[in-house]
Amino acid sequence: MSDTQTYITAHCCITQKKVYKNGILLLSDETGSDTTDFLLSAYKYFNVDYPKFYKMDNLCKLGFLAVELLLKERRIAEEYSPETVGIVLSNANSSLDADLNYFQTVKNIPSPAQFVYTLPNIVIGEISIRHHCKGENAFFVSDRFDTGFMQFYVQDLLDRNRINACISGWVECLGGEYKAVVYLTEKRPAKGSLPFNIDHIHQIYEIANGEING
Amino acid sequence: MSTPVFIAGAGVISAIGNNIAENLAALENGAAGMGEMQYLHSVHRHKLPVAEVKMSNAELAELAGMPAHISRTALLSAIAAKEALQHAAIENFSKLRTGFISANTVGGMDKTEDFFVDFSGDPGKGRLRNIIHHECGAATELVADILGVKNYISTISTACSSSANAIFFGARLIRQNMLDVVIAGGTDALTKFTLNGFNTLMIVDHHYCQPFDENRRGLNLGEGAGYTVLVSEQVAASLKNDPVCVLSGYCNANDAYHQTASSPDGTGSYLAMKGALQQSGLQSGQIDYINLHGTGTQNNDIAEGTAIKMLFEGHYPPMSSTKSFTGHTLGASGGIEAVFSTLAIQHGLIYPNLRLETPMKALPFIPETHFKKGAAIRHVLSNSFGFGGNCSSLIFSKA
Amino acid sequence: MADLKQQIIAQLNLKDLKPEDIGDDQPLFVEGLGLDSIDALELIVLLQQEYKIKLASAEEGQHVFRSVRTMAQYITEHQPKTV
Repeated sequence: MSDTQTYITAHCCITQKKVYKNGILLLSDETGSDTTDFLLSAYKYFNVDYPKFYKMDNLCKLGFLAVELLLKERRIAEEYSPETVGIVLSNANSSLDADLNYFQTVKNIPSPAQFVYTLPNIVIGEISIRHHCKGENAFFVSDRFDTGFMQFYVQDLLDRNRINACISGWVECLGGEYKAVVYLTEKRPAKGSLPFNIDHIHQIYEIANGEING
Repeated sequence: MSTPVFIAGAGVISAIGNNIAENLAALENGAAGMGEMQYLHSVHRHKLPVAEVKMSNAELAELAGMPAHISRTALLSAIAAKEALQHAAIENFSKLRTGFISANTVGGMDKTEDFFVDFSGDPGKGRLRNIIHHECGAATELVADILGVKNYISTISTACSSSANAIFFGARLIRQNMLDVVIAGGTDALTKFTLNGFNTLMIVDHHYCQPFDENRRGLNLGEGAGYTVLVSEQVAASLKNDPVCVLSGYCNANDAYHQTASSPDGTGSYLAMKGALQQSGLQSGQIDYINLHGTGTQNNDIAEGTAIKMLFEGHYPPMSSTKSFTGHTLGASGGIEAVFSTLAIQHGLIYPNLRLETPMKALPFIPETHFKKGAAIRHVLSNSFGFGGNCSSLIFSKA
Repeated sequence: MADLKQQIIAQLNLKDLKPEDIGDDQPLFVEGLGLDSIDALELIVLLQQEYKIKLASAEEGQHVFRSVRTMAQYITEHQPKTV
């Protein structure tokens, strides 16, 4: 069905106090930190300098960090024109984590800064702002990560030349549970890249489940 | 251009009417849907006008043929989607590959709000998740059941451009020959959650909103649902009635500027409109009417206007924001306005931009302020821009 | 003013900053501290929460929030006497 050969040129997983890039474990936090603490320690550990990080809700922090590592040493919006870099993400609980936090503030004075994050696609907005991506973007809410659908959707965008590169995956955060699995798909292969297909997406997703080691 | 995707039918419920006929009558009579809230209970009752659907949940449930305890979001969705399917009158619907793609931003929030109030201390988030998940998932699935849609069901959540995205996503599935018929659009009910939230952003107008006015003060929130029935060329040929129009172009882009504010020059809006024009193979001069996103906020209207100025310089088609009638219905707005756009083509209509007193000084064009009938409308551009920088434009053309 | 700076840092999650990093007359928005429109709305919340002062519109905030000094002046002038 697909016309264009496409490749996963990088991938990154963050879950259960562990960070993997291309299957290699980069950080494992053994302390009893909660989601917020862990994301902050990862931010510091990887020397990210982006003060706006502190203002984000946990879903955005998680997605932001995962893509930060995914695109490390790349200038994606310069390598391609910005309007041809797309972002397609999905999760199960939308922005429920932020909805709850915002709701807590409503009892006193509702917080505009918290309300801003009560939409799941704000994480796409934050990533777009950081990496200057202006291409097509979409956020799907589904019970579980639908590899078949995510492969079809991104391949179709690339086939039709809507975009030349795509950041996609799963970014989920609710209370103490969080999981980000993101990958970069491009039309040209890079060192160690994998053909973009359902099996490889599944394989990458399994890294986050701890079933495959680096 | 590859195989065309046809629009076979449409359905709508909003503050100005419970079906297409009522909406059209209100648009013709210049009857806006805002007023003091009657159904939503909020401390802002006497301060912030809203555009409510003029029915209680019990009345909506009766119209939808559903139980009254389900969320208002789902009830609105069912009513508009059923009308759309009836309007399309596809004879062998049950034998075709069918899909339902619905957008919303609040899910079952109106129901879960009551639960939130009790949620304090540590009642265990697992249970909470189940309750909310049940409500959210139920909305799209319940309605799909009622419609008899069996092959594909999906929920899209990209803020105020959600339902425009649902529509072109549906078109893609048809083009890919994965489905024959897709009912696509969106729904959102008014909730305290969104009203309070938009109020903290200080972009809610305490009077009736005035989109594209120099002295605009913000938006009025509204509620409703709007769906189109997209069909393949083959299904279109088998219809008893002629299809309403085709979806000739669409594009989505990110503004990459700010979580909630548009960039001053409307980069995302410009890219979306330009991309949709490119895909349709049309020149900007061929667009006969623009249904503006036009929320009435300072920021949106100048950004959208600036992008239009760049793209349509020298030929400004008639344009208007029908949010001056329906309020901003968030996840439903792209669907409702897509329905209005297809009706504009079908009946040769241009809708007025209500309450425009002082045109914006920075813009070289003035939105249409009168209802016009019998115009030759071949191509309509509909804009939907959302938080998170998500910008979408759709183009509908005469079949 | 040092207290106010501390409150601003806390309210806006400016975790990399210390109160002494913010000049009394340094512009808070864009070219100065680089705050944005959502920060302005949060400062309105701060005034309401800590000083019981209610601003009517975001536009009013533009003048009040020019710098820490203008903010402090506004608070002194508008704070309810009973507090």
